[in-house]
Amino acid sequence: MFRLEPRASASLGWQIATPVLAVLATMLVGGILFAAMGFDPLAAIRTIFWDPLFGPASGYSRPQLLVKAGPLILIACGLALGFRAGIWNIGAEGQYIIGAICGAAVALAAYPLDAFWIFPAMILAGAAGGWAWGMIPALLRNWFGASEILVSLMLVYVAQKIAAWMAFGPMKNPEGFNFPGSRNLQQYEAAANPELIAGSGLHWGVVAAGVALALTWFVMSRHILGFQIRTAGAAPRAARFAGVRPERLVALCLGVSGALAGLAGLFEVAGPAGQITESFGSGYGFTAIIVAFLGRLHPLGILLAGLLMALTYIGGELAQMMLNLPAATVQVFQGMLLFFLLGFDILTRYRIRRRA
Amino acid sequence: MTDVFQAEGLGKTYPGVRANDAVSFAVGPGEIHALLGENGAGKSTLVKMIYGLVRPDDGAMTLLGAPHAPADPRAARAAGVAMVFQHFSLFDALTVAENVALGMENPPPRTDLARRIAEVSQAYGLPLNPARRIASLSAGERQRVEIIRCLLQDPRLLIMDEPTSVLTPQEAEILFATLRQLAAQGTAILYISHKLDEIRTHCDRATILRHGKVVGTVDPRAHSARELAAMMVGAEMRVVDRSGRVPGAEILAVSGLSAAGLRGVSLTLRAGEILGIGGVAGNGQEALLAALSGEEPTAPGTVVMDGTDLSAMGPEARRRLGLLAAPEDRLGHAAVPEFSLAENTLLTAGARQGLVRHGLVDHGAARRFAEAVIRAFDVRTPGPGTAAGALSGGNLQKFVIGREVLGKPRVLVVNQPTWGVDAGAAAQVRQALLDLAGNEAGVIVISQDLDELLELSDRFCALNEGRLSAPRPTEGLSLEEIGLMLGGAHGMEVAHVPA
Repeated sequence: MFRLEPRASASLGWQIATPVLAVLATMLVGGILFAAMGFDPLAAIRTIFWDPLFGPASGYSRPQLLVKAGPLILIACGLALGFRAGIWNIGAEGQYIIGAICGAAVALAAYPLDAFWIFPAMILAGAAGGWAWGMIPALLRNWFGASEILVSLMLVYVAQKIAAWMAFGPMKNPEGFNFPGSRNLQQYEAAANPELIAGSGLHWGVVAAGVALALTWFVMSRHILGFQIRTAGAAPRAARFAGVRPERLVALCLGVSGALAGLAGLFEVAGPAGQITESFGSGYGFTAIIVAFLGRLHPLGILLAGLLMALTYIGGELAQMMLNLPAATVQVFQGMLLFFLLGFDILTRYRIRRRA
Repeated sequence: MTDVFQAEGLGKTYPGVRANDAVSFAVGPGEIHALLGENGAGKSTLVKMIYGLVRPDDGAMTLLGAPHAPADPRAARAAGVAMVFQHFSLFDALTVAENVALGMENPPPRTDLARRIAEVSQAYGLPLNPARRIASLSAGERQRVEIIRCLLQDPRLLIMDEPTSVLTPQEAEILFATLRQLAAQGTAILYISHKLDEIRTHCDRATILRHGKVVGTVDPRAHSARELAAMMVGAEMRVVDRSGRVPGAEILAVSGLSAAGLRGVSLTLRAGEILGIGGVAGNGQEALLAALSGEEPTAPGTVVMDGTDLSAMGPEARRRLGLLAAPEDRLGHAAVPEFSLAENTLLTAGARQGLVRHGLVDHGAARRFAEAVIRAFDVRTPGPGTAAGALSGGNLQKFVIGREVLGKPRVLVVNQPTWGVDAGAAAQVRQALLDLAGNEAGVIVISQDLDELLELSDRFCALNEGRLSAPRPTEGLSLEEIGLMLGGAHGMEVAHVPA
């Protein structure tokens, strides 16, 4: 009836159109889902996609957009480098958690000292922690050929256990009435990552995300490293021929994406989250994978996709409060979005022809 | 006895090349019939027509007395033709039985099938466990799976495409025993190869193809390997005029190179010289190029240019010193299909053309250099923004060669420079290589095309099973000597006779 015909080269128009199509399809199917559950689909869609920005409570939710988009974009920038090269870091969530723990460790060790170097040192420690966690799958792949997909993913669960151990053990707040969880860094001025402009949601993590976007754009389009990354992803043999050492690229991409995820974790623990808890990971590391792909691994796309995914987080919470939608709504939405994106993606490389 | 298969005046034309021209031959029952010819002689096209993959433009085929014009391989199989390809089409993750079932029109129930596989494998001395996964099998065992898949169809004509190229000598012996048994039962076997000894030992008749035409059908046992090689290569040997060219000092010395697939390869190259390396692809050609380009670093002292040991250097360091290379695979190795031509210049020309400075890509310079290559080598394309994958093979090859030639190499290594390229583009590429040598560069041409090597090279040697024969001056080299250096089992001895 229909058949797929490969295109000579990927269609630029469809590359831009498929993310939009995926969002529309997600809204449509999500609406049908809500209707089937007995909710008013239009109200639900409006609550998720419209109200956080322009609804009655938008004064509260709008700053949240940057708070949520910041870490997503920061992590997705690093992931996009690796994904372009065919290096699949699925464990950004783990690197995010370890980065947060390392950064918090510096702050908790320094407590209650008030010194200018504490926050910069936390930033370095957060990046180093994420980098080190990302280098584990890199080295295992380079030395033993282990799949970085599996190793990085499994290290997420290890990191979650470490976070729980920290919250119950070494990092437990001595003045916290024996509740699990570290001191709240927001209340420790030298270590806090505060909102820079009141009511904007802007904190240092968002600034870092902006810098990461600019750097990613520069490396990918102007620097030979970006060219080598793209070559390695498109044609590994050509990359070797050009002089790219695959092992070096693996270490670089996993290291950089780990460091950026670690930074995101540090800014989160020092700011919006405030403390290491047993369930510190909030899924940003996984959602960032969707952000990277939805954004076509391109900095501008990642910016838009990060904001959109942040919107689904906030809108999902709003829908829980206002309409009593189940908490899983956000994950369902995010999952559908990736599903439709990958599905529609086929249109960029193939065209549909009616079979004669 | 009537023939099982007959071809009468088969012809097939591809754009720019007459792949088969008035090919006629016949295979009788119980006969192992060799199809002999150089690469590009038209063997593959011919068997593809028999197997229904390609339709002939003219001529007719007869199978078992009935006209044979299969629309697709399924029809050919139904008519009684089976084929074992050089490259296997098996799923690694599935078992032998599952793979066999996938290739059958009406697979019987799984237990029945396993029993029949066991029966057939026992009957023909091809030990094979139906429950094993393909991934755990050797090349020889994988081929057995393909053969058994064919035998289960009870073929009347079995086509084997270079079956021994992937086998160890022991595995090859098992294969020949099977083929003889099949022949004894009346199956006609069409055996494609260029290994002369094999054909002389095991085949009843041989049809020799050259440039798409049948040169003759002979009894291979009645001819020497030399005679067969001469027929394969043809009598039209070009007289190459080398008088104007005086090779200069030695610039490249390769010694004792034993990387993947290479066994003690040594050679020297002088400035202004073209060294031709003949031989069938898959005998270490790619490994040799990778060792010279720097993709695969080799043992210390094995690759020395101008007194500098390059063995441990990567491709970029070698390019800076002037050792450039153009691999055989245009798409995915020499060029990235998705990238524009301008971006593709960055693969190799970044340093030598100043397209990359301090790590920063000068996209304007890359574009201008791509335009220069396009102009100088008459690459037919809308412009440097065109994706490499959108170019025709010949045009992309001109671009790849041009990119390296304009890099003013001290030494250029090319693998199959005109493979799959139309005649016009091939002539341009060859001329560019000659001009390069005329400008004091050393050029190594690795090719399967004997005519090309004889036209270009000052010295000629052959790469066979990873071993390189001693080079001989091309001038005055006889056809017999070439044939033996190329495919004959005794090429080494002949090659070591001082010139």
